[in-house]
Amino acid sequence: MSTIALNTSSAIGNAAAADASAPVRIAVKDLNFYYGDFRSLKDIALDFYDRQVTALIGPSGCGKSTLLRTFNRIYSLYPEQRAEGQILLDGQNILSSSIDVNELRARVGMVFQKPTPFPMSIYDNIAFGIRLYEKLPKSELDGRVEEALRKAALWDEVKDKLRQSGMGLSGGQQQRLCIARTIAQRPEVILLDEPTSALDPISTGKIEELIEQLRSEFTIVIVTHNMQQAARISQYTAFMYLGELVEFGPTTKMFMNPVKKQTQDYITGRFG
Amino acid sequence: MAVVSDQFVVSNMQTVRRRSSPAFDQGFRWASYGSALIVLAVLAGIIGSMVYGGWPAFQEFGFGFITSSIWNVGQDQYGAWVAIAGTLTSAVIALVIGVPISIGIAIFLTQLCPPWLRRPVSTVIELLAAVPSIIYGMWGLFVFAPFFAKYVQIPLTTIVEGMPILGTVLYARVPSGVGMMTAGIILAIMIIPFIASITRDILDQIPTVLRESAYGIGCTTWEVMRYVLLPQAGVSIIGAVMLGLGRALGETMAVTFVIGNANRLSLSLFDPSSTIASRIANEFNEAAGMQMHALLALGCILFVVTFIVLALARLLIAGMKTH
Repeated sequence: MSTIALNTSSAIGNAAAADASAPVRIAVKDLNFYYGDFRSLKDIALDFYDRQVTALIGPSGCGKSTLLRTFNRIYSLYPEQRAEGQILLDGQNILSSSIDVNELRARVGMVFQKPTPFPMSIYDNIAFGIRLYEKLPKSELDGRVEEALRKAALWDEVKDKLRQSGMGLSGGQQQRLCIARTIAQRPEVILLDEPTSALDPISTGKIEELIEQLRSEFTIVIVTHNMQQAARISQYTAFMYLGELVEFGPTTKMFMNPVKKQTQDYITGRFG
Repeated sequence: MAVVSDQFVVSNMQTVRRRSSPAFDQGFRWASYGSALIVLAVLAGIIGSMVYGGWPAFQEFGFGFITSSIWNVGQDQYGAWVAIAGTLTSAVIALVIGVPISIGIAIFLTQLCPPWLRRPVSTVIELLAAVPSIIYGMWGLFVFAPFFAKYVQIPLTTIVEGMPILGTVLYARVPSGVGMMTAGIILAIMIIPFIASITRDILDQIPTVLRESAYGIGCTTWEVMRYVLLPQAGVSIIGAVMLGLGRALGETMAVTFVIGNANRLSLSLFDPSSTIASRIANEFNEAAGMQMHALLALGCILFVVTFIVLALARLLIAGMKTH
């Protein structure tokens, strides 16, 4: 037990410290979420800060993925799921029915557990999302595709095979392609739902480095099962349990000096 | 501990051991082999007798049997072209009408349908596949054909008369309602349940996360389907379509009712025509001599075409499942 705790705390030094002056980008207020009759999020209130990485941690079924899925309203694909309360993105309530969800999803990008390249060329995988919202001349589109691939640290590996199918890449490359696809739309917020859970350690390392770099431009929320990962890459950490937010604070404080006993127990591996 | 339990199991097996009867088991195996062999024997028998029966016609008319459009029982002259063209044209009409509707149904069921409605709609579609083809034939002849003549053929014929191309293709000399177009429409209704339910299964196999990530970059339902899910399903959907095509090519009873059974080649889709299957069904009863050989030769051609289509369909669908 104590060795796990030691490993976790030793990983903390890697991430930049939380920036206390960062403005709030997403403010969650009185959020309740229902799968049919089952209430899976209970009165969540939480702020996400601009250009900071916030990690959502907690045991399986605690609601961290559910919370993430409210930020781009992807849950609304399923009629039995609904959210009540307020989620303010730059002051605007995105749960309001007047919000155009497609536009919202271009502003709030999402990357999933498994890489999901679309059945098209590497180039088109990136260009597809841009074309949905912007009419650009070919040369400018090429520039945007290259820019996105460079930011996703994939350009050097794929620049000679942009016309080949995205399905031919390795798992780690596919996941970076999905991140490139997301950032090509120039979103404000990037949601990462256990983005490395299907990847080997080397690919995981590359994705973590990438997240650290992307932080300068985007507000990032990441769901992870891996406590060391949360400690390594995030500035803020929220610990959830059974649909409730147990504790939220700067990552360093959460891992070194948590207030709640439950948080302490989870982080040191005593349950979960 | 493990060692002890091993010994226990071994001794237990020895005491419980029952008398096996190798003879029975052997017999059972041979019976299974036999059952499987019967299918092969029947198939070989059918192919053999069709080729044997049709051979004189192929010998008499040579390659011209396929390309000639003369089918004259009085002069004992037989050519398959009208029936082959009719079979292909009616099947193509059926696909042109049926495939978009089937894919629409599959998309509705897998993407848009509220969960409580999914079961009833699926059941109705499967019931549609269970309707006997003679029922489609009767309904087509007594209900659909008069309706089609009155509300489509007659008005359309007055509009297109004298126009180039359309004036030929959509002109009904005798607007009776029966003909190539009617057969194509009835066939479309008959193949929809097959294509729709297989396409639904194929779309169901695509991981939800791909669909979510397409919606996740802000795609509309149309964009998700058109650019991501349908291309992902890809060749498997072509396989489903070919399975429908196989059924359309061989469908006999319904087509015989509504196609009009003409032996003449016509460029108009509203004119009566015939297909290989309808020709055989119509003439087989009274055929003898060379006419019988010609009909069996027609059967051979249909068999080969359908076999190729179905084999390709299975291949394409299997490709998806191993993916």
